[in-house]
Amino acid sequence: MKPLTSLTSSCVVLHAANVDTDQIIPARFLKTIERRGLGAHLFADWRLDEQGQPRPDFPLNSPDAVGAAILVAGDNFGCGSSREHAPWALLDFGFRAVISTGFADIFRNNALKTGLLPVALSTSAHATLLEQLAESPRAPVTIDLESQTATLPDGTAHAFAVDPFARHCLLNGVDELGFLLEQDAAIAAYESTHTAHVCTR
Amino acid sequence: MTPKTLVDKIWDAHLVRPETESTPAVLYVDLHLVHEVTSPQAFAELRNRGVRVRRPDLTLATMDHSTPTTPRSAGRLQVLDVQASAQLAQLETNCEEFGIELFGLDDTRQGIVHVIGPEQGLTQPGMTIVCGDSHTSTHGAFGALAFGIGTSEVGYVLATQTLLQRKPRNMELRIDGVLPRGVTAKDIILAVIAKIGIGGATGNVLEYSGSAIRSLGMEERMTICNMSIEAGARAGLIAPDETTFEYIAGRPFAPAGADWGAALARWNQLASDEGASYDRSVRLEAASLAPMITFGTNPSMAIPIDGHVPNPSEAASAPERVDLDKALRYMALEPGQSLLGHAVDVVFVGSCTNSRISDLREAAAVMRGRRVAAGVRMLVVPGSRNVKREAEAEGLDRVFLDAGAEWREAGCSMCIAMNGDQLAPGQSAVSTSNRNFEGRQGKGGRTFLASPLTAAATAVAGAIADVRTLS
Repeated sequence: MKPLTSLTSSCVVLHAANVDTDQIIPARFLKTIERRGLGAHLFADWRLDEQGQPRPDFPLNSPDAVGAAILVAGDNFGCGSSREHAPWALLDFGFRAVISTGFADIFRNNALKTGLLPVALSTSAHATLLEQLAESPRAPVTIDLESQTATLPDGTAHAFAVDPFARHCLLNGVDELGFLLEQDAAIAAYESTHTAHVCTR
Repeated sequence: MTPKTLVDKIWDAHLVRPETESTPAVLYVDLHLVHEVTSPQAFAELRNRGVRVRRPDLTLATMDHSTPTTPRSAGRLQVLDVQASAQLAQLETNCEEFGIELFGLDDTRQGIVHVIGPEQGLTQPGMTIVCGDSHTSTHGAFGALAFGIGTSEVGYVLATQTLLQRKPRNMELRIDGVLPRGVTAKDIILAVIAKIGIGGATGNVLEYSGSAIRSLGMEERMTICNMSIEAGARAGLIAPDETTFEYIAGRPFAPAGADWGAALARWNQLASDEGASYDRSVRLEAASLAPMITFGTNPSMAIPIDGHVPNPSEAASAPERVDLDKALRYMALEPGQSLLGHAVDVVFVGSCTNSRISDLREAAAVMRGRRVAAGVRMLVVPGSRNVKREAEAEGLDRVFLDAGAEWREAGCSMCIAMNGDQLAPGQSAVSTSNRNFEGRQGKGGRTFLASPLTAAATAVAGAIADVRTLS
C-alpha cells in the first residue's frame, strides 16, 4: 500500500448522494482476477456513452477534473456490495481521497485497506466546500492525515475522524496483515480453548 | 451482571484480543465462505507473501456469481464466457493449492453461498461468519454474527482466521402483531428499509425482535437479515429459538448425537438478556404492513404496492429531492403515478434473498393453472442444486414450465447480471432480488424489487399486480 500523509489537489464534485458500488464499478467488470486496470471502468455507465466515449456532461470528464486526486460526493458514499474493486477502481483512476459526509461501512473499510482515504466532513463543512468549488472549480484542498484536517480553498481547516489503527497503517504504508500475523500466539491460545463449531472437510 | 445483548455475547466469545483506543479488537472467525469473484486477489496476496491458509477446515468455497444458469447438457454446465471461465478455474486452482473444500459446478451441493451455508447446517447460532459478499448478513437469521468483507480482509481471514474489528452499535427493530394476508418477509424488510433509510443502520447491527419476527420460518428470517445491508447495517440478527433449532437438526454439518445436546445448551443462552439496552430502537406494527414494491434506484425507495410514486418536490431535503428526481427519470416514472398496471418485460424469481424452497412454493402457488403473460419473460432460478432437486421432486418445475417460465440451474443469475442473465437497456423487471441500483440487472435495465408472490402475480398479469386482487 502506498503511504499517505498529506495530499494537496484539486477536486471533482459528483453531486449525488448514496453513490452505490454498482455505479463505481459495474458488476460486469468483476470477472477479472487482477487488482489493476479497473480505472478504465470507473463509473463506466455514468462516465461513458453507448460507444464507450466520454459523456461531456459527466463531472469526471470535465477539463476541470484533470489531475484531481480528490473526489467530492454526497452522503453515504459506497453503499451496496462489498466489492473492493470499487476503491481499486478509484485509485487506479488517480484518486487518493473521497470527501463526503458519510460512508457505507464496508466501503470505508475497503478504502482504508487499499490506500484510499475516506474523509467524512460535517454537513456544514461539506456544504462550504461545495460552495467554494462552485466558485473556483480548480481550487486546491489539502487533506492532512497526520493532523486529521481538511483545509478548504478559503484556508479554513476542518477536522475529520479516522480510526487510529487505520491511520497508522496509511501513514506508514503497511497493511493489517502484518499485525494480524504477529498475533499468532494469541490466536493459537484462543484456538486451544475454543472448540471449532464446524468442520468443512 | 450487566445484561448483555445477543451481539455482546457473540462479540465477547470471539475476542482473541480486546479493542483498545489505538487498536481494534482481534476477532476470531468461525466460518469463512468464499466465492469466485472476491477471492482471486486475496489468494494471490497469500502467494506473494508465502502465507498458508490457517484453517482450511473452517473455510468453504462455492461458485455462484458468474456461473451460467442455462440448463445442463449431458449433466455439465457450459461456461461460455472466457473471463468467467478463467475466474472459476482460478478458484479451483486456489482451493486445490490451499486445501479448501469447494462445491464446484459438478458438486451436487453447489449453489449461492448464502443459500448453501444454512442448507448444509454450517450456519449455526453464536458463530462469527464472514464472506467477501455484503449479503453475508443473511446468516444472522440463525443468531450468528455474520458480515460481508472486502478482498483484503478475505486474505486476512484466510491467513489468520481473524479480523481487526471495532464493536458495532446495536439497533433493535421490533415488529409485533400478525401479518395481513399477502404480506411476506420481503415486504417486512422493504418496509423497514423505507422507514429507516438506505444508510439508516450504518455502523449498527440490526437485531429484529417481536412477535411478528418470532412467527416467521427460517427462510423468511433469512430474507429479512439478507437485506439488512440495504439499510447500511453491518449485520442483521435474530435470536435463535425452537424454529432455528428445528431447521438445523439433521443437516449434514449440524452437530449430532451428544454434540447436539451441548450445542442446544449453548444456543439457548444466546438471546439478549432481559433489560439489555440497545443504542436505538425502532418499532413497526405488522398489521399496518402491505405488500411492498420499490419504484426507484435504491432499496429504500419503496411504497405499498397500491400506493403512489412520491413527488420529488415534496422531498424532506434538497439532496433527497435530487436523488428522487434522478431515480424517477431513470425508471421512466411520473410523480404521483400508481405502479399497478405498469408493464414489465421480465420477472426474475431468485437470488440469495428469495430463491429457497419456500419462495419457489409461494411463486408456484400463484402460477399453478395460470400462464406467464404474452411478451413477458419469467426466469425462476433456484438458490442451490439442492433447492432445485427439492422443487423438482414436488413438481414445482412443471408448474413454472407449464406456465411458460424458464426453469434454471442454481446461481446468482440476474440479481447481479454477471453470467449472461441480464436485462436489455430500457427493459423493466419485477425481481425478488435485493438491489435496484441503476444497471444492477443489466446496463440500462430498470428493477422493481418485490416478493415472490408479487413477482408471480406480475408475470401472470404482464404488468405490476397486487397478488391480493389477482383474478
